[in-house]
Amino acid sequence: MPYPPKLKELIKVVESTRAERVDRKKRGEEVPFLSLDERKEMLDHHPDFKEEGRRPLKIGPSKGYAIAHEMADLLEARSRVDPDDIDLSNPDIDTDVLVIGGGGAGTSAAILAEENGARVTMVTKLRHGDANTMMAEGGIQAASKGEKDSPYYHYLDVMGGGHFTNIPELVEALVTYAPDAIHWLEKLGCNFSKHPDGRLHTIHGGGTSRKRMHYAADITGAEIMRTIRDEARNHRNIEVIEFLPAVELILNEHGQCAGAVLYNLETQEYMIARAKAVIMATGGSGRLHIQGFMTTNHYGATFDGIVMGYRAGVEVSFLHTVQYHPTGIVFPEQAEGILITEKFRGSGANLVNIEGKQFVNEREPRDVEAASIIKECTVKGLGVPTPTGKVGIWLDSPMIDMLSGEGTVRKEFPGKYILYKRFGIDISKEPMLIYPTLHYQNGGLAFRASSATSLPGLFLAGEVSGGVHGANRLMGNSLLDIVVFGRIAGKAATAYINDSAKEGDLTLDHVRRFNKEADEAGIPSDRVSPMLLPDYTPPKIKERQLTTHYVGTVR
Amino acid sequence: MPNVQKETEADLIPIFIMGKRYLVPESLTIMKAIEYAGYQFIRGCGCRGGICGACSTVYRKAGDYKIYSGLACQTVVEPNMYLTQIPFFPALRREYDYETMEPVAESIYQLYPELFRCVACNACTKICPMDVQVLDYISALKRGDLEAATRISFDCIQCGLCASRCMGELPQYHIAQLARRLHGGKLAPRAEHLRQVVESIAAGKFADVMEELKALPVDELRKLYTERELEPAMSDEQWRPSNNAGL
Ligand SMILES: Cc1cc2nc3c(=O)[nH]c(=O)nc-3n(C[C@H](O)[C@H](O)[C@H](O)COP(=O)(O)OP(=O)(O)OC[C@H]3O[C@@H](n4cnc5c(N)ncnc54)[C@H](O)[C@@H]3O)c2cc1C
Ligand code: FES
Repeated sequence: MPYPPKLKELIKVVESTRAERVDRKKRGEEVPFLSLDERKEMLDHHPDFKEEGRRPLKIGPSKGYAIAHEMADLLEARSRVDPDDIDLSNPDIDTDVLVIGGGGAGTSAAILAEENGARVTMVTKLRHGDANTMMAEGGIQAASKGEKDSPYYHYLDVMGGGHFTNIPELVEALVTYAPDAIHWLEKLGCNFSKHPDGRLHTIHGGGTSRKRMHYAADITGAEIMRTIRDEARNHRNIEVIEFLPAVELILNEHGQCAGAVLYNLETQEYMIARAKAVIMATGGSGRLHIQGFMTTNHYGATFDGIVMGYRAGVEVSFLHTVQYHPTGIVFPEQAEGILITEKFRGSGANLVNIEGKQFVNEREPRDVEAASIIKECTVKGLGVPTPTGKVGIWLDSPMIDMLSGEGTVRKEFPGKYILYKRFGIDISKEPMLIYPTLHYQNGGLAFRASSATSLPGLFLAGEVSGGVHGANRLMGNSLLDIVVFGRIAGKAATAYINDSAKEGDLTLDHVRRFNKEADEAGIPSDRVSPMLLPDYTPPKIKERQLTTHYVGTVR
Repeated sequence: MPNVQKETEADLIPIFIMGKRYLVPESLTIMKAIEYAGYQFIRGCGCRGGICGACSTVYRKAGDYKIYSGLACQTVVEPNMYLTQIPFFPALRREYDYETMEPVAESIYQLYPELFRCVACNACTKICPMDVQVLDYISALKRGDLEAATRISFDCIQCGLCASRCMGELPQYHIAQLARRLHGGKLAPRAEHLRQVVESIAAGKFADVMEELKALPVDELRKLYTERELEPAMSDEQWRPSNNAGL
């Protein structure tokens, strides 16, 4: 739906200050970056710092650690199945490496595990590639230009972005293996945007000191995902089974991770997979809609892997911080929550309030940027009201054509250009209305640079893990993370199989123990997890589903 | 057709999901409307952002014989639309060894000889929910132009609707994927600067620097961070930092 007359009026205000803002940009004059102290103050407006938004975990390996209610509800909940009902003696699937999750991390891991000699089974909840990876637009970082950049600067940027809380050895692995990750993708046939001589295009992202964001037009994640998915499909010893999520890890009598309980979403059967090693790559949790925020995430981003790992004894870390992407669509409503990549700001678009004024530098780290927008709208009251009763801030995309030439928006952002066009809005002429949206799970299960966890035989890669990005991830480091750690995990899992994995009887005793702990802590017994699918059924309909049985959110 | 819901609320419009009538708010996308009607998705829903290709939908409008298509997560409902999702299409994808494959059109012809069954009817392009000019990239491939095929097919989300309409039974989206990979990894010039950096890292160039950085106390790290030189927003490829420490 096009902008209604009221908003069209307000757009005139933005237009009235645009020429001057473009001139300033051309002269290199910017709104000053906040100092580290000012950043800290600004972060008081970030949803993470709302005390009533979180609570300490009552049970499990990270008992006492305060995280969002929506996450705590799932971590403390009971298993979807009673271990006593499950027969572990006759596995339906027997494999070397079980990869749980078919996004970028899982797929990279599967390819590397197979190349290192393992038989791989990948189970995934939705289709292979229906994942947050597919949705990434902006880009992937790596210090690929030695004359001005190096892992050293990349390291500083990652640490600064994460407020110096990141685990150093994880950051070291991330930045050191970054160029090789891009090189691998390039070799597999990813079409990164390049100069005619093959030199990669690179731009800035929030919090980068050098332009090291590589991209493939505005569908970087999709280009990476479809390329490695295609490669995985060529590997004979990778079997992919879709619509078969894992719901519980299985251990063996030696305390090693040795498989998973799976649930066929379509036939509603539970199945058993036995494996010599397991790689958890289930991604993030935007669909928990923490504090009621809209989200950019895919339908299956429901925190499942963390629940399974936690029950099996792995601690969680950095889950107290959640990333809100500063710029999600608030209008038109049909597109609500959808991400507007940071690349718009990297290419010169200002953020401006209802008065047409800039209030923050466009390249602050995400949490600072999001907090500034929330503050501008809530505390200062300078947000732009939408017809659906929300508020937003203008992202002044027409500046990009003025800075880099007519047609740039259309060429560099074809996906968003078409999306808005369908609603009757031309974003090369009219600005976009945005507000922060739930985007990335900064934390996750604790792990080491080898991708191993405290549970032998369980390896992690991607958004399900915590520590790489500390308290805040910079754009472009997550696509990087999934490729770097996916590849590490694939190799590490195969090495582990050769060195340490033992045969032994399978058990779900850890689930029994966890359920008992929940009983003793008085957790309501109707809470079950993992969630698997979000539930968007209107209450009115639920009232009439008189014979429908919901287990958690799933019918 | 009897009403499944009572027509009491204002602003509700009728749509027909697989032939059955439901009343839904007029501002919703097809995806949200299906949920509003009471479905819980298992298939037919993925990214909810117009890029994964899980939710392709075909529909007709009242009294109109034309078949339209759209992504359920991106398309707003219209009164009296008759719709169904096609969440999966069994097009044949052929396995191949990427590493040894020559980046020439003949490789594609060998793997997908059905390419030449195309009769240029353009049904693929007409059905594409992403407005990809499918026939154009198929024609480019017939001419042997992998670069053009890559460019034209770039926005393909592999939903499979093109294949579902094809008279020649081509798996267009699998063929395009192959073309793009051959182009990206083997035809387009490779990044020489990237190769150099990968080599120097493999040779251990930054190993010591990393050890030092990891060991630094936070306040020293913070100082390095604050003082690091920032590449200007409007710089070009010629920009060089004034200080080479850390390179
Ligand atoms: C809109 C958007 C834009 C982004 N843009 C960028 C960007 O520009 N740059 C960047 O670096 N990062 C970006 N990110 C972040 C980045 O894309 C993700 O963090 C990253 O791709 C996560 O990869 P993953 O493999 O860990 O998880 P995912 O890609 O989400 O894959 C997880 C997989 O696990 C499956 N799964 C979930 N639960 C289960 C279960 N119980 N059993 C089996 N399978 C399960 C899912 O179905 C899915 O296939 C963006 C994210 C979003 C949402
Ligand atoms: S759900 Fe992914 S394209 Fe619609």
